[in-house]
Amino acid sequence: MFSNNGFIILLTLLIALMASITPMPLSVDAFRPDWVLIVLVYWCLALPNKVNIFTAWVMGFILDVLLGSVLGVHACAMALSVYIVVVNFQKIRNFSVWQQALIIGVLSAQYHLVVFWLQRFLSDVVFLPNYLYPVITTIVLWPWVFLLLRRVRRHFRIE
Amino acid sequence: MNPIFNQGTSPAHRLILVLCCSVALIFFDHKMASFETARGYLQSLVSPLQYMANAPKQMMTWASENIVIRQQLMEENQNFRENELFFHEQMMQLSSVRQENGRLRSLLSSPVRGEIKKMFAEILSVDSDPYSHQVVINRGANDGVYEGQPVLDEKGIVGQILHVGVSSSRVILISDISHAIPVRVQRNGLRLIASGSGQIDRLIHNFVPHSADVKQGDLLVTSGLGGKYPEGYPVSRVVLVRADESREFATIYSEPVAQIDRLRYMLLLSKDEPVKPKSPSTTKKTVVGKS
Repeated sequence: MFSNNGFIILLTLLIALMASITPMPLSVDAFRPDWVLIVLVYWCLALPNKVNIFTAWVMGFILDVLLGSVLGVHACAMALSVYIVVVNFQKIRNFSVWQQALIIGVLSAQYHLVVFWLQRFLSDVVFLPNYLYPVITTIVLWPWVFLLLRRVRRHFRIE
Repeated sequence: MNPIFNQGTSPAHRLILVLCCSVALIFFDHKMASFETARGYLQSLVSPLQYMANAPKQMMTWASENIVIRQQLMEENQNFRENELFFHEQMMQLSSVRQENGRLRSLLSSPVRGEIKKMFAEILSVDSDPYSHQVVINRGANDGVYEGQPVLDEKGIVGQILHVGVSSSRVILISDISHAIPVRVQRNGLRLIASGSGQIDRLIHNFVPHSADVKQGDLLVTSGLGGKYPEGYPVSRVVLVRADESREFATIYSEPVAQIDRLRYMLLLSKDEPVKPKSPSTTKKTVVGKS
């Protein structure tokens, strides 16, 4: 993973982790996009031989520790979402950026629903529609993250 | 050129392996609670990340604290001075009342309440996870934080310590769905339990009979039962009492007194090692609590 400037991948993932825990006002917080998922999906599409389900699982695990949820919940959801990308990466690569954004939206919704389902299973949380607000921001964010990370990948020649 | 057909284990096998790991983790963490010590290590392992994630906000706060005009500072200073005078006056009264209370308690041969040791803490990060209400503070095992320690802000109870790291620890808020706190109505001493609802501005009181004397606007304070929270600190204010006779119990909601959504500075209380209060600002808490 670290050959050919691979540490840049790790750096982007760390930045994504930080972005997902920076303190925000409560009203903005409900719309916080799934930074880690977006970045993971990009690297899975671009370099599926470097970033795979294990990376996703480890990232989800760190997220679990950072968010204080039951260990394994986010890890499980993240691995499931990334699995879909890993299996279909050649198809998803050929879509236009906005079509990709919609797919990311579906993945993000699936991620949130799996997390909710597991939490529901563990404690009696109730579903509120604003648990799915991040999906909207994730869809809007994808093209920009995609363009930015592509530039990063080409600039540092990560292969 | 990268190989199109990737070698090694197939994604499906990886997924199954990883899912098995997750299920095992969830089981051991949730059902057996066998990761309590590991959690502490993990917490201290990721705390640099938290400090770094907090840096932009800290910079903003620093900037906004430094870029103030003289007028504002003077006004603020004036306010503080007035407050200090006010608190000093209250403290003078408090000391005599405390002495009297101690004498009365000794007459009744009930144990005299000791002083509570307090520790100051600042918030480090707030969880973005909507399912759990937790915050991270900048005190850890190095500062003597222990699990289950009560945490409050200037208005009332905030929560208790959940996991302790080396230099940071995690606070579970009273509004978390898995948290409950024993309280009593300050007006008449009626005992209730305030459970978190998962919403930041609502606590739920279950199993309260219709005949219970609870009114809208009642202040609920900690009852000291259960031994986690010291007695007499304000917790919440009743916002809704619905006596629907078709239901078995009354529906009672209350709103936390502490400003849980805009926490910044907090106090940690500890039971053992009683010490004398150092400054009037720390005794303010006892004034609020015991009045």
